[in-house]
Amino acid sequence: MKKVIMGNHAVSYGVRLARAEVIAAYPITPQTQIVEELSEMCSDGRLKAKFVKVESEHSAMACCIGAASAGARAFTATSSQGLALMHELLHWASAARLPIVMTNVNRALGPGWNIWTEQTDSLAQRDTGWVQLYCEDNQEVLDSTLMAFRVAEAVRLPVMIVYDAFFLSHTYEPVDIPSQEDADALLPPRKLEKGTFMDIEDPRTFSNMTPPDYFMEMRFKLERAMRRAKDEFGRAAGEWKKLTGRDYAAIETYRCGDAETVLVAASTAVSTARVVVDSLRGKGRKVGLLKMRMFRPFPYREVVDVLRRTRKVAVLDRNISFGSGGIFATEIKAALSNVPGHPPVYGYIAGLGGRDITPGTIEEIFDRTDRNGVPDDPITWIGLKP
Amino acid sequence: MSRGVAETMGAGHRVEDELFLPGHLGCQGCGGALAMRMVLQAMGPKTMLVIPACCWAIIEGPFPYTGLKVPVLNVPFETAGAAAAGLRAALDAKGKTDIHVLAWAGDGGTYDIGLQSLSGAVERNDNILYVCYDNEAYMNTGVQRSGATPEGSWTTTTPVRTPKDRPKKNMIEILAAHRIPYAATATIAFPDDLAAKVHRAKEIRGARFLLIFAPCPTGWRMDSRYMITISRMAVDCNVFPLYEVFDGDRYHITVEPKGVPVREYFQMQGRFRHLGDREIEQAQKRVDFEWRRLLHKAMQEPFGM
Repeated sequence: MKKVIMGNHAVSYGVRLARAEVIAAYPITPQTQIVEELSEMCSDGRLKAKFVKVESEHSAMACCIGAASAGARAFTATSSQGLALMHELLHWASAARLPIVMTNVNRALGPGWNIWTEQTDSLAQRDTGWVQLYCEDNQEVLDSTLMAFRVAEAVRLPVMIVYDAFFLSHTYEPVDIPSQEDADALLPPRKLEKGTFMDIEDPRTFSNMTPPDYFMEMRFKLERAMRRAKDEFGRAAGEWKKLTGRDYAAIETYRCGDAETVLVAASTAVSTARVVVDSLRGKGRKVGLLKMRMFRPFPYREVVDVLRRTRKVAVLDRNISFGSGGIFATEIKAALSNVPGHPPVYGYIAGLGGRDITPGTIEEIFDRTDRNGVPDDPITWIGLKP
Repeated sequence: MSRGVAETMGAGHRVEDELFLPGHLGCQGCGGALAMRMVLQAMGPKTMLVIPACCWAIIEGPFPYTGLKVPVLNVPFETAGAAAAGLRAALDAKGKTDIHVLAWAGDGGTYDIGLQSLSGAVERNDNILYVCYDNEAYMNTGVQRSGATPEGSWTTTTPVRTPKDRPKKNMIEILAAHRIPYAATATIAFPDDLAAKVHRAKEIRGARFLLIFAPCPTGWRMDSRYMITISRMAVDCNVFPLYEVFDGDRYHITVEPKGVPVREYFQMQGRFRHLGDREIEQAQKRVDFEWRRLLHKAMQEPFGM
């Protein structure tokens, strides 16, 4: 059934179809409609979940940790400052191997106060052991929510679904709402392996003091699970395609076959870039586009397979790691670094704090990349005011 | 009817029936260890523990061992209230409503860094029992002052030249202001009173709080053999009165103190050794004032100084 809904409500529908059992959340713009709609769903019985209205994002994640430890399917949503406040607990959730799912609506971190989109909030959490999936449209937001629970529970790691403030969160698009049967087929009730959850019949102590004799192997297993998450995502996407016809993969390519310059982007900027690629192709320029859906685990093989064949790589980053560069660009460089004769990577920073990324912005990125030799600075700013 | 400790821990009692096993990592004479033993004995096996960073995160034993026969969830320092609320929500969602969720935190994790998440859980009236075993400083990290450290006390961050210059936070009052269904103080020196309060708490639904006085011979600079003595003395000199509050409103004093001078209590502990006569007199006045105020709240005496 198709409905015209905002990105935030697409999450709420996904969480309902996923039959979440515990929700804990704290309001923050631009995430609020997710939890408002979930409150309505819990209140009128469409969703039989316990909704704990916590007093902070820190407690939201702590609450999800408590709930997931007892075997419940737990969900929360946040943005920006809220995500930063959770930081300590993001590490805890992954190292405790808890399949929590969280939506993060990308929003710039202050100061100055800024409620508009920017990816620095989620990318700053890249080392916390969370799977990260970036979405381009509202359909993808809903479908990713269901697949997130599936992947999380398969590998016992938390998953973060990420998308742009306002450009998706508050934008209405037609979305095909999957049937409950299809959702249940993708996502059966959470399987609980013995010894992995709080159980009165099998009392164990979880997350206690762990000496050097054991700690490193635990981290090794976490990393192994993280790598497995990519395969599990592929498996879930394959099943979802059979059920709905919609196709998802860790990365997507657009007109990359013979491309000499490939732009790497994520989130809604991908839609804009697709239009620009078509228009430049019309003018005879050999340009292509690589969409990053999965950022953690980083899909090295897939990315390298596409980019090694091209002449130049441009990366659009709506984020910045100060003193280093755009975070996607840094990772793309690292992925290519062991490929002999790999193409140069051009890093572009644009659209910070919600500034528009227009077709003109992306055209300028292609023009500069084609025109310039290898850049001596890892950062080129696009659209800076003089 | 509540059962006394004589029945649960006295003659005929078997170690195998305990939920807290021998061989734990607490210091000699640890009040917090004995408090756990008594509380678990009263709670029974249908209990899940939530333990944030505190001495107990050590006492329970390191991976892959455990000193407890109930499920235990270790959580970050400031999250006992919220994590316990999440565990409760999950158990309720799964229909396991007969299982008790017991958050077990030290004074640092309760009075200071964990106050917000505790306040949230109590304001929502989440169905959990929260126990703070109060040893009046950050003992696990080496005796640094907390919001529970009494005025005048030495700690490693309040050296004797500049001892703690502010009174201990009144945790029960903070929770009473939330209109918590049940809050009480207890000590291991009065085990029947303690057990009765745990049983009372078990029968009430919603948020419940127990503040257990837990002497730390290591941090209080005293001989471990006086752990019970000092616990009893804290009650008898009104430094730590034993009472309970229902719905944040009805106060009930459960043990009548003997009226021992505060000086005798101080003299047993190295952490107060630097205090002179004037400071001790001031401390006595403050204790007397707080005691009269408590009597007034319990409507045993009009409030007038």
